[in-house]
Amino acid sequence: MLEIPVIRWGKPYESFDQQEVVHFETGEPLAKVHQANAGLVKMDMRKAQRARDLLREIPISKLLEICKKAADLYMTAELPLGNGTQTPEEFCRIQSASTGMPEWMCAGNMKKVAFVLENMESILDALTRGLPLDILTKGYGKEERGVMMSYQAHSPVLGLVLPSNSPGVHTLWMPILPMQIGLVLKPGSSEPWTPYRMTEAFCQAGIPRECISVYPGPHDVGSTVTELCGRVMLFGGQQTIDKYKGNPNVQAHGPGFSKILIGDDVVDQWEDHLDLLVDSIYQNGGRSCINASGVWASRHTEAIADAIAKRIGPVGPTSMTDPEAPLAAFTMTGAAKAMNGQIEEGLKESGVTEVTAKYRDGERLIELERCDYLRPTIVHCANTDATLANTEYMFPMASVVQCEQKDMLKKIGPTLVCTAITKDEAWSQQLLDATQIDRLNIGPIKTNALNWLQPHEGNIVEFLYRARAFQNEAPAAH
Amino acid sequence: MTDNSNLDELVKQNQEALDAHTREHVQWHFNPETGSPYWLEKAKSFDFDPLTDVNCFEDLNKFPLFEDDELRGGPVDRWIPKALRGKPTYVFETGGTTGIPKSRVVIDDFRIDYENFSDTLPDESFPKGANWLMLGPSGPRRLRLAVEHLAQYRGGISFCVDLDPRWVVKLIKKGKIDEVKEYSAHVIDQAMTILSAGHEIKCMFTTPKLLEALAMRLMDEGSSIEEAGIKGIFCGGTEFTQQWYRFAREELLGENVYITPTYGNTLMGLACGRPFDPADNYKITYYAPQPRAVIRVVDFDDHTKVVGYGETGRVKLFTMTKELFIPGFLERDEGEREVPHMKYPWDGVSGVRPFHEIAASTTVGVY
Repeated sequence: MLEIPVIRWGKPYESFDQQEVVHFETGEPLAKVHQANAGLVKMDMRKAQRARDLLREIPISKLLEICKKAADLYMTAELPLGNGTQTPEEFCRIQSASTGMPEWMCAGNMKKVAFVLENMESILDALTRGLPLDILTKGYGKEERGVMMSYQAHSPVLGLVLPSNSPGVHTLWMPILPMQIGLVLKPGSSEPWTPYRMTEAFCQAGIPRECISVYPGPHDVGSTVTELCGRVMLFGGQQTIDKYKGNPNVQAHGPGFSKILIGDDVVDQWEDHLDLLVDSIYQNGGRSCINASGVWASRHTEAIADAIAKRIGPVGPTSMTDPEAPLAAFTMTGAAKAMNGQIEEGLKESGVTEVTAKYRDGERLIELERCDYLRPTIVHCANTDATLANTEYMFPMASVVQCEQKDMLKKIGPTLVCTAITKDEAWSQQLLDATQIDRLNIGPIKTNALNWLQPHEGNIVEFLYRARAFQNEAPAAH
Repeated sequence: MTDNSNLDELVKQNQEALDAHTREHVQWHFNPETGSPYWLEKAKSFDFDPLTDVNCFEDLNKFPLFEDDELRGGPVDRWIPKALRGKPTYVFETGGTTGIPKSRVVIDDFRIDYENFSDTLPDESFPKGANWLMLGPSGPRRLRLAVEHLAQYRGGISFCVDLDPRWVVKLIKKGKIDEVKEYSAHVIDQAMTILSAGHEIKCMFTTPKLLEALAMRLMDEGSSIEEAGIKGIFCGGTEFTQQWYRFAREELLGENVYITPTYGNTLMGLACGRPFDPADNYKITYYAPQPRAVIRVVDFDDHTKVVGYGETGRVKLFTMTKELFIPGFLERDEGEREVPHMKYPWDGVSGVRPFHEIAASTTVGVY
């Protein structure tokens, strides 16, 4: 069986503690993953500065070339993995088998990762607002306009506490190494695949192995990574987000509560945007934080809900190898059942109606021996106070909410991606000023249409580097 | 290599000694002149007479399982055997984060227990006359007094640093992780101060997490456990895994510092770790201080049935001292049954970990 060691600054470490990763449908063991203990992480973090020092010896221009090469290796090469090797096809197959994501979605996520690596130069140029990148290496330097700039790394490494079920999020940490910051990865228990494959691709492309650690392990390994790395990106539910609110060292990613707001000026032509609504809710199995979980409009909401429901209501699970499989499985026992129970409770509230039910043959919840599915669900909420008006679940589910345009910004709450379909300039300005919205699309743009030249949930450069004053000559008298 | 040629004979002798010990202690605890009010009253509900029907260790299966909830609340003197009334008595507690803690009255058992344990310690790593650092929970627990007695018994003095696990559990449950860290740093600060104060401390008791924190602090300051003068550590109180044992020996302590894992509680006393043998691959095997206490690894569904060697089961505990009689109690742990060892010629248990059915609801490793 595939056996995967802990990686301690590039060195494989075989632990006595191991955890099997199993096929979610058959229970067949897929791999044995060696487990770190918190002490190992504590011991290794004492050498974290070495990772940054080694990366700073490589010019960023060279690191950008390494990223391109790593993208190619990640996409095409048969790479070592523990005591075996893995082709890209095997990677998709095993990722699907442990996470419940259909294979074609896994392949799609690989392409996203590779795209980010291939275009890293443009991405860093955009995210740094055109900063000469050697300033990140040296700590200071002059911009073309002659102004002295200084940037200081908050931490020699970025810690990542990664999720088990959303392979798409790995794109977020790809810019770290070319910014000359080391990586400390704590993979999710069902998704060790991307961290290990990317590590191998980076190292074969030229990143020194001493710059990356990979620590699969129990919860206390994750909490030690979070505690000891000066900067941490982690993934979890709303409870996790709330826990780290106000902690500048931690960027917590959770549910997005992404929404589409349809302005009064275009709402009578809502049918023109039906594809956009469906795709925003439904693509990638509805699993991403950038999938829409709400469609808000002042009128026609029942018709909108019905039209979306008619398109996605009949959809059910198919084989993971189906090139068009629409739904991801829930592999954690009881998770789908719990969500289904919460939805049923929400449907008991006044003014809340499930619209998909009439287009679906059978129940929303499909319970199988080793996994469960939730079938697409569209709910109509006649008022904004309903619990389901502002919820998010990891499958194609959205609420179509009736709300006056003037009240929308007061009611939508925190929103990762907001697509506002409108040409109303006054409202557009209010949307631009709304601080509860992170990524704003004004116009008919899918919520899940990412532009990699734009920051996602905070600019990673600002998270890792602090702009500060620096002088190496006395300023002019004034 | 261990000479096992006499092991079978030793096992047989110890089994006979255990049977005799069982008969003697059942007679003591169920005799109206010497027994405790609790057991004398309890015996009225049995469908057998302990005084006539218990003649060997196996006969203890006639008793119903002991429920540790019986230990919550007073009056605690119902546990004191009549023959021991009037002697200076301690009460030691376990748990207590919520509700009434379980308590046990003790007169001399903790001293006897730690004197027996002392005999298992190698003198070169725990030099006689050396001073000790006790870094762990004290308060109503027996550890402080027990380790202090161990130090005194070996001719040394014990310096103590307290940690209150009940407060730590409360902080964790409230999500106050920063305060947990501050408190842990406060505890380690005190240990560092004592180690730097010229007290000639060479031996230590601590828990795995506190040892890790202390060793890391010393490293941060350019020193180490060895350079601080520590030669021997006995470590326990919280989960001690095979992987952590290896980590401690290979990376935390270095080859010149001796560490022995222990497994104990206020009901049983202190189980000793099988002496380190590279061939064991850091497997941790515990042996109860038989015959005063006995561990059996029993079937998950039938606690009267011992599992085969190497098989997994729940840890069942028996205690038979003049002060306390526990005729079978299912611990909150599981593990694998291990063969006897020349040093401890009776059954052992390895891989001790929280019982899988209750593990999810337990806050493990707070100190």
